[in-house]
Amino acid sequence: MGVVTPQKAAFDAPLRLRSGATLPGFELAYETYGTLNATRSNAVLVCHALNASHHVAGAYADQPDEVGWWDNLVGPGKPLDTERFFVIGVNNLGGCHGSTGPMSINPATGRPWGGDFPVVTVEDWVDSQALLADRLGVECFAAVMGGSLGAMQALHWALAYPTRIRHALVIASTPRLSAQNIAFNEVARQAITTDPDFHGGHYYDRGVVPMRGLRIARMIGHITYLSDEAMMTKFGRLLRRGVPGFDFDIDFEVESYLRYQGDKFSSYFDANTYLRITKALDYFDPAAEFGGDLSAALARAQAAFLVVSFKSDWRFAPARSREIVRALLDNRRILSYVELDAPGGHDAFLMDDPRYHGALRAYFDNIER
Amino acid sequence: MNANDQALLAARPDFAAIARWVSPGARVLDLGCGDGALLRYLWEARQAPGYGVEIDDAEVVACVRNDVNVLQMNLEDGLSVFRDGSFDYVLLSETLQTIHGTEQLMREMLRVGREVIVSFPNFGHWQARLQLLLGRMPVSEELPYAWYETPNVHLCTLTDFEDFCRRLGTRIEERLVLHAGQAVSLLPNLFGSLAVYRCTRA
Repeated sequence: MGVVTPQKAAFDAPLRLRSGATLPGFELAYETYGTLNATRSNAVLVCHALNASHHVAGAYADQPDEVGWWDNLVGPGKPLDTERFFVIGVNNLGGCHGSTGPMSINPATGRPWGGDFPVVTVEDWVDSQALLADRLGVECFAAVMGGSLGAMQALHWALAYPTRIRHALVIASTPRLSAQNIAFNEVARQAITTDPDFHGGHYYDRGVVPMRGLRIARMIGHITYLSDEAMMTKFGRLLRRGVPGFDFDIDFEVESYLRYQGDKFSSYFDANTYLRITKALDYFDPAAEFGGDLSAALARAQAAFLVVSFKSDWRFAPARSREIVRALLDNRRILSYVELDAPGGHDAFLMDDPRYHGALRAYFDNIER
Repeated sequence: MNANDQALLAARPDFAAIARWVSPGARVLDLGCGDGALLRYLWEARQAPGYGVEIDDAEVVACVRNDVNVLQMNLEDGLSVFRDGSFDYVLLSETLQTIHGTEQLMREMLRVGREVIVSFPNFGHWQARLQLLLGRMPVSEELPYAWYETPNVHLCTLTDFEDFCRRLGTRIEERLVLHAGQAVSLLPNLFGSLAVYRCTRA
């Protein structure tokens, strides 16, 4: 992809959120790759999941090692080919990578929002993305795609703006979190909110960060992203020091991995954002307003769908994707479903398995520009 | 008919029979759909939209490339994702003989579809009988595999299949028996190498 430059779009009109709160104007950080064609028909929106951002592909001039999170998929000649498509990555509202979020200044107080930043939802994100699409002159997306939480946004796009999206790519996702999924999120949130440095979310002023909580939250998350098999293959029961230490330093390789992931994450990610994103996951449930009937909820969708799941994903297992498939079949939508026997667990959606990328490439090749 | 279609029908003579039976605009479900060639053909020849079910990764990608709706699932797990009577036709083209849970799948097909169209190689064809008589497992155009590499686990003859339908309470509406692409009417269980049946719930 080469060197890319992030951009910002400011929106002055207040945005009414699903919670009932109103955000008095906001900014979205975004990146684009490729060129919007004359008929404005080749735009693809890539929605991010929990910890990612608008930096989907390429690298920054001053940070050549900071490669975009889906760079193996998006770029010239890649399955989502930026020589054919105009690809947009956007940092979601409430994020900590440049879009308006808890770290931004609350115009009412002149200080960072902190714990006062409203809880944002998938629906709010999609509404704000639609405003960005307006700004960029995209009336109708060729496709909106995402994995995990990103896929929920793609799915909601098809429901909220059925005439503005021709294809939805819903990867490693679920139509709603299970009680177990929510339970994992709650443990992560408790880790953050019980950190003595949390201060009800108003920690920026105090010059502290609830790093311990965020670190544990990330460790919990990572366990759910990997399959048992992938963890065993990667770490086994390998002992760091060769022999058991009979103490509480790092014994097993997997402990070292989790600590490393936790440390890395807590050094760049914002705890207030993490709390809000896990809430957005918990609240997503398009069937809720249809008495739990997902088929009725998806009746509004007009897009063609590609649904992908991975057999080793126990966080959002294939059975959850099949619920989406069944509801789309009930509505006789154009639909393909790929269920890959890939070992990577939930994170398999970020890997470049040739079967997976082969299917995505074939799918994108058939989307007329 | 274009050159592609002609080549397709030469390679898969049951496709033409299936297409003749599928009414225009009907909703079809093609089980074991391979690269989606039949679905594509039915769409082009009969404007019949549908979905394919396929388990093989490479075939699924080929379906996506062919721009047909494909669902990657294992037929042996049943068809629970499909509602009762949600298709006009459920097709099982030269796949029956590879299925372990044959009876369960037939019941599922009859649940999901108004009509079921099944094609399979006839193990009662005289060449198969002769090869067995000579002490060899049959190998032919319809049965191209050596015994040690065949995916076929449940081969049958026309008589066997008709008995099976009777046992399931399935009504056979129509039957077409072929050899080398031509219809066979004389002693079909002996001279036919490929059978195509159209069945309904009795």
